[in-house]
Amino acid sequence: MCGLLPGVLQLRSSFKMAAALQFPANVSTLNTYNDLYPDWTQREVSTGTTIMAVEFEGGVVIGADSRTTTGAYIANRVTDKLTPIHERIFCCRSGSAADTQAIADAVTYQLGFHSIELDEAPLVQTAASLFREMCYRYREELMAGIIVAGWDPRRGGQVYTVPVGGMMTRQPVSVGGSGSSYIYGYVDSNYRAGMSKEECLKFTAEALALAMERDGSSGGVVRLAVISEQGVERQAILGNQLPKFSTV
Amino acid sequence: MSEELFPEPEWLSEEVKTGTTIIAVTFDGGVVLGSDSRVSAGESVVNRVMNKLSPLHDKIYCALSGSAADAQTIAEMVNYQLDVHSIEVEADPLVCSAATLVKNISYKYKEELSAHLIVAGWDKKKGGQVYATLSGLLTRQPFAIGGSGSFYINGFVDAEFRKNMTKRECQEFVVNALTLAMGRDGSSGGVAYVVTIDKDGAEEKCILGNELPKFFDE
Repeated sequence: MCGLLPGVLQLRSSFKMAAALQFPANVSTLNTYNDLYPDWTQREVSTGTTIMAVEFEGGVVIGADSRTTTGAYIANRVTDKLTPIHERIFCCRSGSAADTQAIADAVTYQLGFHSIELDEAPLVQTAASLFREMCYRYREELMAGIIVAGWDPRRGGQVYTVPVGGMMTRQPVSVGGSGSSYIYGYVDSNYRAGMSKEECLKFTAEALALAMERDGSSGGVVRLAVISEQGVERQAILGNQLPKFSTV
Repeated sequence: MSEELFPEPEWLSEEVKTGTTIIAVTFDGGVVLGSDSRVSAGESVVNRVMNKLSPLHDKIYCALSGSAADAQTIAEMVNYQLDVHSIEVEADPLVCSAATLVKNISYKYKEELSAHLIVAGWDKKKGGQVYATLSGLLTRQPFAIGGSGSFYINGFVDAEFRKNMTKRECQEFVVNALTLAMGRDGSSGGVAYVVTIDKDGAEEKCILGNELPKFFDE
């Protein structure tokens, strides 16, 4: 644990720099609180990603870009940020790559154990709660924004978001990562309840393409996955096949 | 850092900023400008009905964002300079001239100022034009967005903007974009001001909160 701390602190300071670069000036003026008040606004930065998950009748569609950056260098341009936690439960990772990988590994273990004890498929809410437990307990050390999505027999397709800080809430559609700021308007205006699987796939791919266009820390290919009762179908949309929009 | 039981409220010492959403879009025959109406000092809203669309001339407006004082001062200075210029040339000024004047001030004093103005209008020579003058650059664009709220609608405007929209479609596009941004940005809100400029002049409209379009609210 001691050996890990210096590395974690180093990552945190580099993310704080990225935070100053990405947020406009008037947001950072809210941050001169004393110790009595938590520093929410400065914590709300997830760097280097756009992730998204949408519920539809019968399952969920999840998507992410594929870029991992260390500063200005793209360490991995074909990252897979959609991590399986259980057979029909995935998580989308944003924030520190090391933190989210470690959390995902731990939760995978805990959920696997729990599912064997119960002798049935775990609930998506259980997985989300495990993420929330860990993200909240170690909130000072971690920088992780996670979207948990999957299908279970009891409640069907569900999306839970566990942003930096460790809250958990269920949402029909959720976006996260640094690129997500740019597509809030698009998602708010284009999401409708009751979309089909194909509509959700198109919606997710377009939203991610728009975010990747504007966010320097998101890019590469669009990875998509559909989770339903039948299982998991994965696909990747490569650079030249991405949806195009008429931009300036 | 001294510990205080009751620290002085932030907004007493915070600079007044127009944390804002502003947008300007060209259509066939003119431009439409839009802005929200919130002016904040720290976390306090000091003016909830400010019109950030400031006239520079009859058919040239600018949209203000950033520091309220800086932006208003630039707009007033350029208003004066443009009046003198239009008397000298005995004609209506070009939008490009107005934008250049704004750019000159923004660039010369870029260390001291923190304001971003979008200049848009109509002139006989090139019709409807929109110029962005962020930090002293000058660029003409089919549309421009600015202010803290603009981050959230980048995806929306990229996806929804089409060239050669009608005036009606353009106004709807601007109002939709403003509504979405005000819904997500804490520093933008209040009412929406919309100004439509074409060869016949400028028409100002104010759309109150309850008349704004409603989107799916998760």
